[in-house]
Amino acid sequence: MTTDISSHVISCHCYCLPFDDIDTDQIIPGQFLTTTQREGLGAFCFHSWRHDESGSALDEHPLTEFDNSRHQVLVAGRNFGCGSSREHAPWALLDMGVRAVISSRFADIFFNNALKNGLLPITLDEAVVEFLHQHPHHPVKIDIQSRSIEIEGHGSFEFPLDPFAAHCIIEGIDQMDFILQQDALIRQHEERRPG
Amino acid sequence: MGQTLFEKIWDAHLVRPAGSAEGDGAPAIIYIDLHLIHEVTSPQAFTELESRGLPVRRPDLCLATIDHSTPTLPAGADGKRPYITEAARVQVETVQENCAKHGIELHGWDSPNRGIVHVMGPELGATQPGMTIVCGDSHTSTHGAFGALAFGIGTTEVGHVLATQCLLQNKPKTLGIQVEGELAEGVTAKDVILHIIGAIGVDGGTGYVIEYFGSAIRGLDMEGRMTLCNMSIECGARAGMVAPDEKTYAWLKGRSHAPKDEAWDRAVERWRQLPTDADARFDRLVEIRAEDIEPSITWGTNPGMVIGISENIPDRHDPAATDAQSYMHLKPGQQLQGEKVDVVFIGSCTNSRISDLRAAAGVMRGRKVADGTRVLVVPGSEIIRREAEAEGLHQVFIDAGAEWRLAGCSMCLAMNGDMAQAGELVVSTSNRNFKGRQGRGARTVLASPLTAAASAVTGRVTDPRSLAGEVQ
Ligand code: SF4
Repeated sequence: MTTDISSHVISCHCYCLPFDDIDTDQIIPGQFLTTTQREGLGAFCFHSWRHDESGSALDEHPLTEFDNSRHQVLVAGRNFGCGSSREHAPWALLDMGVRAVISSRFADIFFNNALKNGLLPITLDEAVVEFLHQHPHHPVKIDIQSRSIEIEGHGSFEFPLDPFAAHCIIEGIDQMDFILQQDALIRQHEERRPG
Repeated sequence: MGQTLFEKIWDAHLVRPAGSAEGDGAPAIIYIDLHLIHEVTSPQAFTELESRGLPVRRPDLCLATIDHSTPTLPAGADGKRPYITEAARVQVETVQENCAKHGIELHGWDSPNRGIVHVMGPELGATQPGMTIVCGDSHTSTHGAFGALAFGIGTTEVGHVLATQCLLQNKPKTLGIQVEGELAEGVTAKDVILHIIGAIGVDGGTGYVIEYFGSAIRGLDMEGRMTLCNMSIECGARAGMVAPDEKTYAWLKGRSHAPKDEAWDRAVERWRQLPTDADARFDRLVEIRAEDIEPSITWGTNPGMVIGISENIPDRHDPAATDAQSYMHLKPGQQLQGEKVDVVFIGSCTNSRISDLRAAAGVMRGRKVADGTRVLVVPGSEIIRREAEAEGLHQVFIDAGAEWRLAGCSMCLAMNGDMAQAGELVVSTSNRNFKGRQGRGARTVLASPLTAAASAVTGRVTDPRSLAGEVQ
């Protein structure tokens, strides 16, 4: 596994979670939302998958073989991140060592939340996702600059990424600063709004 | 060509159009009229502001409450609230401190108006037609019932709005959902939205803002429209909206945060311009016949796994269905009606308003909760709680053997300690039946207040139309 920050390339192996509609309640259950921090949520990521009803850790679960020194990309089914808007979901994934998630379709709010935190949501055709599901732990190389993913022995695929979001990740642009810089326009709007 | 309700609001709130900067290709920047805040998704955003030394730009456009982590049992003799954990107490205290420090109106324990954020906003008249409304909560779509553009955001964006009163937004597409005809007796707004989600799927609305219209939608009262818009997010939509009309204005008039006197008249005049023009077009259109909708319930582990209550659960054997059936302890093709019910939850921002409580009380009046079934009734706000108590609804519930609680989210997401046990079947008026949402291993069936109340008294999943009498 290598992550070259300067060239924005992630080379690693995929980890497959071949389930559709993985909701943010699964990613980080409600009981862990009482935190007032962003950090430390990785330990609770997919908690209810990894523990039985009495709270004891399970030996076998969908993440048994997940190893963040090897796997930095999750490959999920369709509609990943649906449900609650909790940004705790991308925080937990990042904290667990995940840098990117592949799905054929992401839920809207999760997609935004992920990008805002530098977690890459990579949308690929269902057939490509299916290939990855059939080849667990497959090596891939993701290039943020060219918005493409190279799947070893299968081909190179472009994925859609809001150019501005990509630009912000690559250039390290802070979106809050970017909006703050529009102060003159914001003031103009405030002057013309009713009430 | 004319414009849709959504397009009119979008255009009126554009601070900076998309991609206007040379080469930065930034999304549009839109202005936010109302920012709703609660304890769970705001602390990290306030911390961010603090670390940058920034003030809240428009505390006057923020409105805060405590609802998610709050206990629904009253304080004990020692005056202490029974928080589930120390962390929950700290979270509530953190939002109190943040709001006090930044001059934000907060309805905390000492406010008679405290309530679930999406119940309280409309109730105070803070939610108004034509507004842009955001909250760090996906069910912000509720406020679209008033003809507002309202949607959920993440905590980073909560920070953006606190600091700038603006958001970077890609323009969504529009989806028109037309429901024509008359709803049958016993069929409520909850059944309509469950039916819609079942029809278009849990990601059928992704990338869209929905506008609901047609005679069946016009026929709904404001509370029904809130229930409808509330669950728009469950089909993946960014927001759901209903055009404002006379019902909207009548409902809002006189509420504490609504405009007064001449300002009211001016506002109504503005609001009348909002409805979608006759020649406007939606990017996509879905038509639903009101006659096709019966009381609807979910059988699986997402809100799109829906059946009419008289139907059998689908005879599906695909991995998603098999997984859901196994979690729910159900078999393909079986009836769900008649299954034993352990818990009934009547509450949440979907169905905890006074009309929901009246409907449930109508079914439970003079009846008893079935042996072996636990029933929790949680009003959406303290105003609703007092209103229900003034009407004696609470007594109906208590006499039947149900628990009557303080306002809050409660068992909707079960983070305050109100929860079901593993394996228990819960008939719930809330909005999400995800695995473990209402407690580890708890099996949730989403339903209307009528269906929930009918199931409470029989102890079985029950079609409310099958109980003689009271069903209004
Ligand atoms: S009632 Fe449920 S859905 Fe509504 S705001 Fe509270 S937790 Fe969210």
